Amino acid sequence: MSTGAPAADWRPSERELARRRTRSRQRRHRVVVASAATVVVIGVLGAALVLSPGWPRVRATFLDLHHARESLPSIVDGFWLNVRMFLIAEPLILVLGLALALLRQAQSAWLVPLRGLAVLYTDVVRGIPTLLLVFLFVFGMPALGLEGIPTSIFFWATVALVVSYSAYVAEVFRSGIESVHPSQLASAEALALSRAQTMRHVVVPQAVRRVVPPLLNDFVSLQKDTALVASVGLFDALFAAADYGNFNFNFTPYVVAALFFIAMTVPLARLCDVLARRLARRERAGGL
Amino acid sequence: MAPLLEVRNLRKTYARHDEPGRRVVLDDLSLSVSSGDVVCLIGSSGSGKSTLLRCLDLLEPIDDGVIEFRGREISDPAVDPRVVRRDIGMVFQAYNLFPHLSVLDNCTLAPRKVHGLSPAAAREKARDLLARFGLDEHVDKHPDRLSGGQQQRVALVRALCTDPALLLLDEITAALDPELVGEVLDIVRSLADAGTTMVLATHEMGFAREVASHVCFLDGGRIVEEGTPAQVLGTPEQARTREFLRRVLPQA
Repeated sequence: MSTGAPAADWRPSERELARRRTRSRQRRHRVVVASAATVVVIGVLGAALVLSPGWPRVRATFLDLHHARESLPSIVDGFWLNVRMFLIAEPLILVLGLALALLRQAQSAWLVPLRGLAVLYTDVVRGIPTLLLVFLFVFGMPALGLEGIPTSIFFWATVALVVSYSAYVAEVFRSGIESVHPSQLASAEALALSRAQTMRHVVVPQAVRRVVPPLLNDFVSLQKDTALVASVGLFDALFAAADYGNFNFNFTPYVVAALFFIAMTVPLARLCDVLARRLARRERAGGL
Repeated sequence: MAPLLEVRNLRKTYARHDEPGRRVVLDDLSLSVSSGDVVCLIGSSGSGKSTLLRCLDLLEPIDDGVIEFRGREISDPAVDPRVVRRDIGMVFQAYNLFPHLSVLDNCTLAPRKVHGLSPAAAREKARDLLARFGLDEHVDKHPDRLSGGQQQRVALVRALCTDPALLLLDEITAALDPELVGEVLDIVRSLADAGTTMVLATHEMGFAREVASHVCFLDGGRIVEEGTPAQVLGTPEQARTREFLRRVLPQA
């Protein structure tokens, strides 16, 4: 391997310099084309919007700066509830989802009944609309009248989201686990690792890396679905926006609330892209 | 006659991912391949053989130097690599067959989609070649059902189906057990006899001696010694070549 020969004594040839000039010219050309295309697309969309007959009314009812400013404090308060719910639900969903996926892969005879339950759980829960689950938990659980069961709407709404999303996330984890090549299992077995050790140290780490994008998809979806709790009277961002809008006959707060949700999901998506790229670079460095 | 492939002062570096600076993989390397030549690249792992082949197929950007194919500079950024690759076939160490396609579909994909052959013509040609290399019974199987040697033979046929003017073979027997090496090398031998132009990286010294018209010993990203097989493998001049051959040919 040529580790010596520092690059210092190498000067690019005339031909290479000419090629670099060509490449940067090509790059500039691409930037120009991309910029022009972007300007045209945005221009056409913007023009279609602004020139549409109802535009003045839409602007007045959906894009009013005064109402945006007025509704902001209550939307911020409401949004904090969405954020809290999301932050509490997300780790629980990850744990529960992974546990369900592992349960479905379990080979131990003792776990067979649980394996059946895990299948049933995902089948049933995935079949029920999330909003319906929220209703069932928020109104149904306290109605049981059991001693010591919390009656908080926030609590049961969060539980409903955890139940709903853990079923989706379990399937995502399962597809990741099943995508790990059988040869990996064989080599782990050959090292005399137990089934649990194989899962813990060989299969799950590879599976998780592969399913990061679909997992993220589910979490973006979860962030938005925290707004479902508005329907059971929790004062979240959507409920706050609706409250303000209905009182003042102006829908601008909806747009404000939407911006808040976007502001939360976009950075997460970019972060996951960066993480996935870094992982891929490290694992494929120099390889094919 | 102008050579089919001409490489001049090729330089290729990779970024080091753990430290600053760049690792030089190919260093001021020059090579000339005429039509009908069979050039064997030998050298230890990491000497740059695979990287050289990948650069020739424009799978890797190069840092400096010129690659000419059929008298045209293909290292020019204005050249569309896909046009170049239409006439160059490449076979990889790990076969790289498409697992979701049958053997026949693996072989007809590029002829149909890139070279514009009709499905019937592509199939007929692929069947022909597969039969010639003893693979007729596996035509409709999926690659994972075949042995390593069979898979590598399919990979060779897949590359041949596009009638390449130049064939690049990257240690195509390195992943095979000795029993299966023979069946793959037989194909290469018959291609060499038929006058196919090839550049191949190999660890099979006996094979290189037999089929090569030209042997290049690479070390540290440079061609340290080149010449006829008898010269390089029989009476090497460079100490590094001798040392390498001593290690790979213990009986010599």
